[in-house]
Amino acid sequence: MIEFTFWDILRNLLLATRWTIVLSLIAFVGGATVGLLLTFMRLSSNRWLQRLTSLYVDLFQGTPLLMQLFLIFFGAAAMGHPISAWLAASIALTLFTSAFLCDIWRGCLEAVAKGQWHAARVLGMNYFQTMRHVILPQALRLSIPPTVGFSVQVIKGTALASIIGFVELTKAGTMLNNATFEPFTIFALVALLYFALCYPLSCYARYLEKKLYDAGLR
Amino acid sequence: MTLVYVDNVHKAFGDLEVLKGINLSVAQGEVVAIIGRSGSGKSTLLRCLNQLEKHDSGEITIADKQLDAASMSPKELSENVGMVFQSFNLFPHKTVGENVCLAPLVVRGEEKAEVEKVAREVLEKVGLSDKYDAYPAQLSGGQQQRVAIARALAMRPKVMLCDEVTSALDPELVGEVLRVLEALAAEGMTLILVTHEMSFARDVADRVVFMHQGRIHEEGAPSELFSNPQTPELKQFISAVL
Repeated sequence: MIEFTFWDILRNLLLATRWTIVLSLIAFVGGATVGLLLTFMRLSSNRWLQRLTSLYVDLFQGTPLLMQLFLIFFGAAAMGHPISAWLAASIALTLFTSAFLCDIWRGCLEAVAKGQWHAARVLGMNYFQTMRHVILPQALRLSIPPTVGFSVQVIKGTALASIIGFVELTKAGTMLNNATFEPFTIFALVALLYFALCYPLSCYARYLEKKLYDAGLR
Repeated sequence: MTLVYVDNVHKAFGDLEVLKGINLSVAQGEVVAIIGRSGSGKSTLLRCLNQLEKHDSGEITIADKQLDAASMSPKELSENVGMVFQSFNLFPHKTVGENVCLAPLVVRGEEKAEVEKVAREVLEKVGLSDKYDAYPAQLSGGQQQRVAIARALAMRPKVMLCDEVTSALDPELVGEVLRVLEALAAEGMTLILVTHEMSFARDVADRVVFMHQGRIHEEGAPSELFSNPQTPELKQFISAVL
C-alpha cells in the first residue's frame, strides 16, 4: 500500500483545485453569456419572451442544482447520448448560473431610478439611446458587487459535480480519504482551499460595494 | 403669439379624474405660474405638456404642432419643450459637462466642439462654469438643480416646464435656483412653472393660474389674483400659504 504524507495530500488537493477553478470559470463565463441574453429577453416588450424567461429562471432557481446535474447527466445517457461528467457539469452550472445572473441583472436595471428614464425622454432620447447612455452604465455599476458575490456561490456549487464523478477538489478529497482514512485532515484542507478561493472574492465584492456607496450611486 | 395652447384636456388615472377639461394658452415670452393644493392636477397638466402622461381627450398644441404620440417623437418634442424636475434627475455617472452635452450629441448629432461651447455658455448662465468636470454627487442640491436647468437650456427649447423645482431643496438653496429662473424670464424665455413659492409667483410671473380639483379655478395677473381673490377656494388657499 502506498503511504500518503501530508504533502502528498496537499499536492493532490491543489492539483484538483485547478479543475474546480476551470469549472467555475466555464460556469461563470457561460452563465454570464446566457444570463445576458435572458436579461434582454426579459426586458423585451414581447410577452412570450418575458414569460419564457420567467419560467426558465423560476425553474432553475426552484430546483436543487444537484437534480439539474442528475437530469442532464443521466438524462443524456437515457436518451442514448451519454455525455462526460465534464460536459454535464459545465452545462448544468451554466444554466444554473445564468438563471441567477439574469435575475440579479434585471433587478439592477430596474433599480435605476425612474426619473432617469423621464429625464432622458424629456431630452429627446429614444429607448435605445436611453438604455445605452443612461440606464446600462448605471445598472452595470450596480451589478458588479452582487455579481462578484454570486461567483462565490458558483465556486461552491462546483462541489456537486463530484457526485457524477468529476474529479475536482471535493472528489479528490473523497478519493484521498478512501486511500488514507484521514477524513478530518483531508476535509479540513478541502474546506480551507474553498475558503481561500471564496474569501478574496467576498472581500472584493464588499470593497466594490463600499466604493459604489462612496460614489453616491446608492 | 400663442406658443402653448391647451384645449379642453382631460386625463384620468383609472377612476380618478385628475384633469377635468383644462383650457390654457400661453404666449411666447410669458411666465405662467400654476399654483394649487397637492392633488389639484397641476403636475399632471405639466406632464401632459411633454407627454410624460398622455392626455385622454382634448388638444394640446405647441408651436403650432399638435401633440400626440403618433405625430411627435421624443426628439421632435425636445425641440419645443424642456423640463426641469423636482428631483433634478441628473445622470449621476456623468460629469456636469457630460450631462449637458449628452442630448445635443446623441439626439441631435451636433458637432462635439460646438456642443461643448454651448454647454459652457449655459453653465455660465446658471453660474456654474467652474463645475464643468464635477460629478452631480459633489454638488449641493441648488447647484444640481441649476445644472438640470442648464441641461434643458442646451436643447434650446421654446418653452421650459418647471415642476416644483425648489421643493426638494433646503431653504437656503432655494434663492439661487429662483434667481436663475428669474434671469431666464427676463431674457424672454417662456416658462410654465408649478410652484409653491408664492412670493416668486407674485414677483416674476406674468400670470398666475390657480388649479382646484382638476380645473382652472381662477387666473389672472399676480397683483390682482393675490390681493383680490374672487373665489372662496383661492382665498382659503392664499391664507393658508402666505
